[in-house]
Amino acid sequence: MGYPYSHDLEVGTQLSRHFGDERARTLEGWKGLGGYATLPKALEMDPDAITEVVKNSGLRGRGGAGFPTGVKWSFMPKEPNGAHYLCCNADESEPGAFKDREILRWVPHLLIEGCLIAARAIRAEHVYIYVRGEFFPFSAILRDAVVEAYEGGYAGEDILGSGWSCDVTVHLGAGAYIAGEETGLMSSLMGGRAEPWIKPPFPAQSGAFGRPTTVNNVETLAAVPMIVAEGADWYRQWGTDKSPGTKLWCCSGHLERPGTYELPLGVNLRDVIYEVCGGAPNGKKIKAVIPGGSSTAMLTDDELDCSGCYEGMAEAGSALGTASPIVMNEDTSIVSAMRRIAQFYAHESCGQCVQCREGTSWTAKILHRIEVGEGTAEDLDTLYHLCVQMTGRTICPLADSVVFPLVSSLDKFKDEYEALIKR
Amino acid sequence: MGDQVKKPLHPAAASSQPFQVTDLRPTERLFDDPEGRDRLDKALSRYPEKRAALLPMLGYAQERNGWVSDENMAEIAGELDLTPAYVRSVATFYTMYNKHPVGRHLIQVCTCISCHLDEAEEVFQRFLSETGARAGEVSEDGKYTVIEAECLGACGFATAVQINDRYFENVTPEKVPAILDELD
Repeated sequence: MGYPYSHDLEVGTQLSRHFGDERARTLEGWKGLGGYATLPKALEMDPDAITEVVKNSGLRGRGGAGFPTGVKWSFMPKEPNGAHYLCCNADESEPGAFKDREILRWVPHLLIEGCLIAARAIRAEHVYIYVRGEFFPFSAILRDAVVEAYEGGYAGEDILGSGWSCDVTVHLGAGAYIAGEETGLMSSLMGGRAEPWIKPPFPAQSGAFGRPTTVNNVETLAAVPMIVAEGADWYRQWGTDKSPGTKLWCCSGHLERPGTYELPLGVNLRDVIYEVCGGAPNGKKIKAVIPGGSSTAMLTDDELDCSGCYEGMAEAGSALGTASPIVMNEDTSIVSAMRRIAQFYAHESCGQCVQCREGTSWTAKILHRIEVGEGTAEDLDTLYHLCVQMTGRTICPLADSVVFPLVSSLDKFKDEYEALIKR
Repeated sequence: MGDQVKKPLHPAAASSQPFQVTDLRPTERLFDDPEGRDRLDKALSRYPEKRAALLPMLGYAQERNGWVSDENMAEIAGELDLTPAYVRSVATFYTMYNKHPVGRHLIQVCTCISCHLDEAEEVFQRFLSETGARAGEVSEDGKYTVIEAECLGACGFATAVQINDRYFENVTPEKVPAILDELD
């Protein structure tokens, strides 16, 4: 909830400017706020010209991996030999991330417009917006907006009289974190268990229903209309050379003002935590921050002076991920927090790969054992060993996701683990 | 809505109806009545393959009955040219499909990391003590099922609680009785 809090660092582009404004939820209200102004322009553009603008803008995927969006689009076949699909990934479920829900519930038409422009660029005939099942209140807002878009001629047959047609369907998931992985999402969309598959084949070759498909995150697609409207250089006024633009930062944990804030990439992480979010409540010190959602490496308070962008967070030994800092104050038990994170991944492992299915589950069990004072010195070695086994050996990165925070917590807060073991 | 004529469901919305709702409309057979048939046809019209309507139809079964029975799974399998075993393998993969009846109000307390750092455990315990339910089981009066949930995606609003299709945010143990009073 960046709103109602505001801050000097806040950018407030089209992405977040209308958060909190009920008018933005309806077609009429949204048009009154300048919405759907870019779609007509995009309909007159050559699809590849749209991709070129997005490529030049340097927009990178906001779902966590940071892959350049325009480059991803350019992998799609230029001359369709059958259907193409766009999947909008609204399965937001990385612990710490709560940014896409703000787009879904406050500016649904911005997302729809972004989806349609992207669909035009990749020559898709159908957009599937896959929303995590739990998000009922937010998916209902989006669903109603999609119906309104159809009624207003912005979706469906012969959009705005252009001769181009594209369908949009809101599709609900049913409680599986792994459906947020792009191949898992497509497995789920096709009526299967949300099990990821090995790439290749890449989605642009053979994705949903065996057809060329692009999967983009909600926030990525919501940034597209303003980029196409204002141009790549305009978008590059924010951020760094390698991480242009703005980003929704969703900050949670022990903070005075938790919430979702649109900030330029490259913002100092310490400023995000202390200036924008007001630091920890009650004058407490901050012990650790998991900066990019629960699957990224922990940083200590001393390590927070880093550039909040893809390359900056990598240099700091962590990752930008979804830009979702989880802040832990001095009273936090790192072992307990880490156990809770491991428990999440153990619960959400799809079970296809042994290293992940067994690794996440044993990690959670061992951490629980240590937490309740029944750990042994050997347990720490076992945890490190498990981390080696879980890194880079599975179909998807779920197992790796528990390794990053775990190894960093073992390296940086070993004393906390040892204190519990020696007791 | 009152006496207003309800607008027919738009096909684009056929796969996104909330399926954990308070007011159930139980039915043994899902697709014998016009509503069920309409939902199925509209969902099918959105995908190039029948199988893709599976999650929407599992959701539809739960929207009507509050859970998904073996009979529902078999009926869906028949309509989508799938085997009941396959449908079950999918239904059991996803946590949100109830494979057993649940209380009128399914209370899911997020205890994942950001809520864990808040007061999630205390909120969870308070829901259990106030409802008299045991974790994961239906309370004796049939009104409540209380479970822990993995991340609900409301981390800045800890502690987050989902009750059927509604979100309750910034929940503290003290707020629990008032929330329960609000439920009918």
